[in-house]
Amino acid sequence: MNVLIYLVPMALLLGLIGLFGFMWTLRSGQYDDLDGAAVRILPDDDIEE
Amino acid sequence: MAEILDLSRFVERSQDGNAHITLAVEGVSCAGCIRKIETGLKKLPGIIDARLNFTQHRLGVDWRDAEIDAARIIETLKTLGYGAYPFAPEIVETDEVRQAKWLLKCLAVAGFAAMNVMLLSISVWSGNVSDMTQETRDLFHWLSALIALPAAAYAGQPFFQSAWRALRVRQLNMDVPITVGVVLALGLSIYETAIHAVHAYFDSAIMLLFFLLCGRYLDRAMRQKTRQFASNLASFKAEFAYRFAAEGELIKVPVSALERGDTILVRPGETVPADGVIISGFSELDQSLITGETVPRAVDAGTTVYAGSINCSGAVTMEVATAGTGTLVDEVERLLARATEAKSRTVRLADRAARLYAPLVHITATLTAIGWLMAGASLHDAIVTAVAVLIITCPCAIALAIPAVQVVASGRLFRSGIILNSGDAIEKLAEVDTVVFDKTGTLTLPDGVVDDRAIDPHLLERAARLALSSHHPLAAALSICARERVPYPAAVEVTGQGVRALIDGQEARLGSARFCGLADEALAVPASEGEASTISFAHAGRFARIPIRQRLRPDAVAVVHGLAACSLDLIILSGDRAEAVEPVAARLSIRQWRAELTPTEKITAIESLKSQGHRVLMIGDGLNDAPALATASVSLSPIAAAHLTQAHADALFIGDHLEPALNAVLVSQQAKSLMRQNLVLAVAYNALAVPIAVAGLVTPLIAAIAMSGSSILVTLNALRARFGQASSLSSYATSSPAKGLDPAVKGMHRIGADYVAATHCGRGQPL
Repeated sequence: MNVLIYLVPMALLLGLIGLFGFMWTLRSGQYDDLDGAAVRILPDDDIEE
Repeated sequence: MAEILDLSRFVERSQDGNAHITLAVEGVSCAGCIRKIETGLKKLPGIIDARLNFTQHRLGVDWRDAEIDAARIIETLKTLGYGAYPFAPEIVETDEVRQAKWLLKCLAVAGFAAMNVMLLSISVWSGNVSDMTQETRDLFHWLSALIALPAAAYAGQPFFQSAWRALRVRQLNMDVPITVGVVLALGLSIYETAIHAVHAYFDSAIMLLFFLLCGRYLDRAMRQKTRQFASNLASFKAEFAYRFAAEGELIKVPVSALERGDTILVRPGETVPADGVIISGFSELDQSLITGETVPRAVDAGTTVYAGSINCSGAVTMEVATAGTGTLVDEVERLLARATEAKSRTVRLADRAARLYAPLVHITATLTAIGWLMAGASLHDAIVTAVAVLIITCPCAIALAIPAVQVVASGRLFRSGIILNSGDAIEKLAEVDTVVFDKTGTLTLPDGVVDDRAIDPHLLERAARLALSSHHPLAAALSICARERVPYPAAVEVTGQGVRALIDGQEARLGSARFCGLADEALAVPASEGEASTISFAHAGRFARIPIRQRLRPDAVAVVHGLAACSLDLIILSGDRAEAVEPVAARLSIRQWRAELTPTEKITAIESLKSQGHRVLMIGDGLNDAPALATASVSLSPIAAAHLTQAHADALFIGDHLEPALNAVLVSQQAKSLMRQNLVLAVAYNALAVPIAVAGLVTPLIAAIAMSGSSILVTLNALRARFGQASSLSSYATSSPAKGLDPAVKGMHRIGADYVAATHCGRGQPL
């Protein structure tokens, strides 16, 4: 059962990374315009001719 | 005089000379619009960034203040084909947005904790049936406590705070049992862990919080969305006023930016934007919308006037006494309050049920604990069962069942340009089986078009220029044709007859046939021929009778067919002549129509329909059909944006399209059936789950999942009101140019709408 000594902290760490990742996306406003994000990929005006 | 538009109240300026404004944009419908707006604006000098939020139909623009101003940006958007209205999101929505973000953060924390605690719990469960040592189990329990306690302290705040607020005023809400349940479950778990017991309930507490937060967030998100559309609508209808700047210059400002003590100019035909006192000028004000008094009241310096009166004759200068009546915030609050909070029958019932139910939850839980103790169960078992009962009986689903649907449905209606004036409009619309239309201004557009095919263009131009000086709707329609948009000097309007002026030294008259000296001919020929109304013009011995025709609303045919497909009876009741009504009825294939009805006859007709047991939806122009609208079971009015505040139909729609009428019926029918489903779901859940919990057959974890599952199910079901069957004619009610013009009116001038002012002052006056 000694394996738990590093497995449990690792599991928690992974979870925390996910949590902070989510908090970051929230703070940087990535959920402000979900419909817009979906249609903004359609025009290809960012491609240099 | 060039108009100066002052938007400084809406512009945020930063230290480095940059400025930012948020605009609510009308007419955004597809991906192409994003590109058109953003690239179109970025071509202007001085624009740093323009970004359209496609979800909210809002546009944020940043620019260098020295190079361009906000009015120019709005102008540019107009030339691109989009109406843009200054919008101050920080006033209206900051709090909402912060709340939603906070809930989302709590949800994230609860989610993280729930997953990790479950990871440990499942290990313990499998360990309990195999070879787990007590030390390992204790370690896992303590680890769970380490995760669950801080997480619950953070993520539980929305519930704890709300429960505390309710308890402080000695009331119970549904957050009280949740709080008690969570605290009991956590406390019991710590005790159990300390005495090395086999079971702990950290997982139940944190799972309950996680699922409840999911439901809360969904609920909050849909409320926020509804609010966004309400505030867009409110800013679309924002009106402008003319304020004197310090140098005596006239500046156009949004009414919401007026402040006490401002001096403003109110010109003839304009609505008085705020309460105040007249400083100079004479005029007559139509106050019928405020006091019901139909005779215009003469006013001069010193008279107190009220917002909403219409200035009929002369320009007056007034000082603003109370601003704030028409502010955007008030308007949004009003729209929302009317649509979602006004209590309909069902909502009231659901409210009462929820209120009576909350104390019942606590009593049931306590009785369960006592009952099990008396039956000889241990204290631990009794508390665990009580906690399960407490959680499972929480009336969240019942409390959410109706309001959730109401919020989503009204959001959808707001989005399609419908404004609900009464809270039970949705329910009443859903029950409708007969639709009664008014013709003029409802099936047809309120503004007419001039049929100029047979008229000397020279004469027409003069007539049109003279029409600029009149307020009558027909004259307003005619005035659009004027190429030179300068009124003749010293034109005099004779109330109820017409307008006259000297042109090239000779008198010209525009108005009724009699007024123009055509009396004999006029008696021979009917005042109107076919479906057109006419206006007469006389100048230097030459006469013209100018026909002004009405156009059907662009999508009237499709909408009427759509309504017929819902198996509703359609009837036209019009005050107009039979020759005018018949072609319209024929084009729309409405078989039942009656013409030349007085307002009283319309009321009688509707009443007799109602007495036959029909539920009647009356769709009519809110301004002159008010009594008939009030008689019908439920009423809907097409309305010029400027009149929104004054109309009293149950629901209003803006724009040239009739489609909102169809949408209103479809969405309401769907909403009604969703409400019914939700109630059945919620009641069935409680009837089923409570006895099982009382019998002690459910662990707190299962209770948490079942209870929050029922709330989420109800909320998700309500969200279906956002999609579902909608008419597919067009998506957003806008003032976009009318498509599919009636072939009969091609080649005629499309006229704009100075109609707003004209209808009032010219009401009931034959020209």
